[in-house]
Amino acid sequence: MNVYPILIALRRHKVSVILIVLQIALTLAIVANAFFIIGHTIEHMTRPSGLQEDGLIVILQKWPGLSGVDGDALTEKIDALQRTDLETIRNLSDVQDVAASSQENAAGEISLDADRKGKFARAGYFYGDEHLRPTLGLHLIAGRDFFANEIRHGEALPGSSVVIVSKTLADQLFPHGNALGQTVYQDGKAAAIVGIVERLQTSMGEDTNWEFNSVMEPLREDVLWTAYAARARPGRTTEAIGEIHKALFAVKPMRHMPEPWAGIHSFSELRARSFREERGIALLMGVICLILLSVTAAGIVGLTSFWVGQRHRQIGVRRALGARKIDILLYFQIENLLIVGSGAVIGALCALGLNTWLMKHYEMLHLPLFYVATGVLAMLVLGQIAVLTPARRASNVPPVVATR
Amino acid sequence: MFAYYLELAVRSLRRSPGLTALMMLAIGFGVAASMTMYSVFRGVSADPIPWKSSQLFVPQIDPWGPGHREKGEPPSALTYIDAMALMRRHRASRQSAIIPMWRSIAQPRSGQSDSLIDTRGYAVYSEFFPMLDVPFHYGSAWSADDDARKRPLVVISDHFNQQMFGGGNSVGKTITIDKHDYRVVGVVRYWNPQPDFFEGLQFRVDEPDFFVPFQFVVANHVIESMGSTCNNGRDLGAGLVALLSSECIWISYMVELDNPDAVQAYRQYLDAYASEQQQLGRFHWKPNNRLRDVPAFLDYKDVVPSNTRLSLLVAQGLLAVCLVNTVGLLLAKFLRRSGEIAVRRALGASRAATYAQFLTEAGLIGAGGGMLGLMFTAIGVLCVGEVMPAQLAALARLDPSLLLLTLLLAVAATLLAAVYPAYRASRVSPALQLKAQ
Repeated sequence: MNVYPILIALRRHKVSVILIVLQIALTLAIVANAFFIIGHTIEHMTRPSGLQEDGLIVILQKWPGLSGVDGDALTEKIDALQRTDLETIRNLSDVQDVAASSQENAAGEISLDADRKGKFARAGYFYGDEHLRPTLGLHLIAGRDFFANEIRHGEALPGSSVVIVSKTLADQLFPHGNALGQTVYQDGKAAAIVGIVERLQTSMGEDTNWEFNSVMEPLREDVLWTAYAARARPGRTTEAIGEIHKALFAVKPMRHMPEPWAGIHSFSELRARSFREERGIALLMGVICLILLSVTAAGIVGLTSFWVGQRHRQIGVRRALGARKIDILLYFQIENLLIVGSGAVIGALCALGLNTWLMKHYEMLHLPLFYVATGVLAMLVLGQIAVLTPARRASNVPPVVATR
Repeated sequence: MFAYYLELAVRSLRRSPGLTALMMLAIGFGVAASMTMYSVFRGVSADPIPWKSSQLFVPQIDPWGPGHREKGEPPSALTYIDAMALMRRHRASRQSAIIPMWRSIAQPRSGQSDSLIDTRGYAVYSEFFPMLDVPFHYGSAWSADDDARKRPLVVISDHFNQQMFGGGNSVGKTITIDKHDYRVVGVVRYWNPQPDFFEGLQFRVDEPDFFVPFQFVVANHVIESMGSTCNNGRDLGAGLVALLSSECIWISYMVELDNPDAVQAYRQYLDAYASEQQQLGRFHWKPNNRLRDVPAFLDYKDVVPSNTRLSLLVAQGLLAVCLVNTVGLLLAKFLRRSGEIAVRRALGASRAATYAQFLTEAGLIGAGGGMLGLMFTAIGVLCVGEVMPAQLAALARLDPSLLLLTLLLAVAATLLAAVYPAYRASRVSPALQLKAQ
């Protein structure tokens, strides 16, 4: 079918065409960016952490000021309290395993030489005892766990002689896959890699190139804020949480678990909570996109219906001159394709422009072309579907109209 | 005449109910999305102390020099050295150094750890209370003399008073915070400015729980170095004594200056102080001070969360698309009636009259869209907690001014959208149209 007559006809509705093109361009610009935010959030929320999250329980508490002791004595006292707690939790019937763990992981640099002159990588740190790896449910792919006699205790300072690293970090430092047994340096201190876990996400390196660079150190951190990780027996998470709470307060009531950020929680609950705001924004973007697309589709239907009504006679004349129903239908579909297509092209440019502006003023990542291309395609499909009903009605105009 | 136009408009709208509903819905959705997000934005960006914010200033002094500046700006908090110098010289009509204290406090009588209460408190000077118009329920603030004598006194919130003593006039009672006993001198009525502009700049659901004298707290070493930032990028960690003489910043500061002259004088004083420090060899750079009032400081610190601004922006984008959509549909709808226009014009209606008629019709669509918008806005504000953090959603309120604004926005936007379509309709040439029929 020749496109030329369609273009000529469109010239008679310049303003309407410009308006619909503008609307489609704006819609695409917003929808592409909004869908990117949604997609990124979903990808973020479903990114596997490497932990076996089901059944994992996190305990965070504070010892109220331990009067009369400080310095080394305080460290030893906290350590004794921690060991009692761990023993108590371990003996519970619904608990499979428990480990000392650090409240928050720190980030640091790990290098191949003491002076950090050569290769180095940034990584997140996990402190804990020999039970931490199995309790977190990390998959050990090479080497071994820590031995009980390797566990240090005290303040969180580098200096362990052995570490377990994530595969991502091992591959970054030793691309030939020979990381196991090698010596690495942290703050100038040497440590041997004794184990490699398949995957372990850091909590600080979000969206960076070291997001999965993790180091586990054999250290029971003795600070007033102490944390434990526990693994419940399968299907017994809720019961285990109750049991742990009762047992801990029975063994020593002077402890403090300020909700909501401390206390005893299942890992999945903490995870859901930490994604709450992000999820909310994604939901909001979703609702707005839905309204936006509906309004634009309805706008196309409305405008095309009007055009069909306006061209009633012309259609009749064309039909009388021998045009088939399919020709009329195609006419409107192609006309729509041209309008929506040009709107989409402009919209794609606007989407990229909007993204650049958003990156400058907000925390926004670079919009992948995939989203723009999908957006263009979606707009074209949406346009074709929206125009279908009015175009059908046009194709049903009988040739006899021409004689009236 | 207006009544007649209205009648014509109603008739025209009823002739194509689908198109009318579509336009009203689009306007309604666009306006409601914008207004819902605006209600959050308005709550979050509102002046926390509107009657006084232009008299309250945050002094900034640069203790680190050019190498540590971001866009030439000095840090937003003060070192202990500078804060104490400003306090001692007392050049503003009122002033206070402020540091936050987070404490778990045991209820009296119980001694059980289960009954520990998590609190947010501040160490301040006596002038803090009159400066920020903190409303008292019982008792009053402590005096400047109490400050100087480092007396262990405390002002508590109504809410904390409820938790600790079950309410009532608790002046004279004692609260133990860490190892010291503080005597209650005042109970504050509900006071929870959003954000907490005097320290922290956060949005918080619960009001501050207690205030204690700054000098007592520092003299007795009951604060920790938590929250300090040092120019080597690290926490000092070592403890309070080192912190007091360090160049680490950790103290918020606020002054009250009642008129432009006082502001000017204070600016000069700050510069003179920095020059003096330069001569003493402590600073190796020219004075780089700032003195912003509260609104300017909040603006500088970007307190409105970027997600809130982004949501408002996207909602406004939706409104823009809805308006473009309305322009297109109105144009189609008006021009479809070229015949009718031609007849009216031929019978003597002026162009202006035609114009007025179509604007009336658009206004009616706007009003309808506005009503829908009101409904959707109400639903939106109620549901905003689903998509926004609680402390921000709590600030979104449905009040008469918001509702009025919704309606106005809907009508004004629709009229704006109708300007061009109505113009086109009024330009229809009667002779040509009549001949064609």
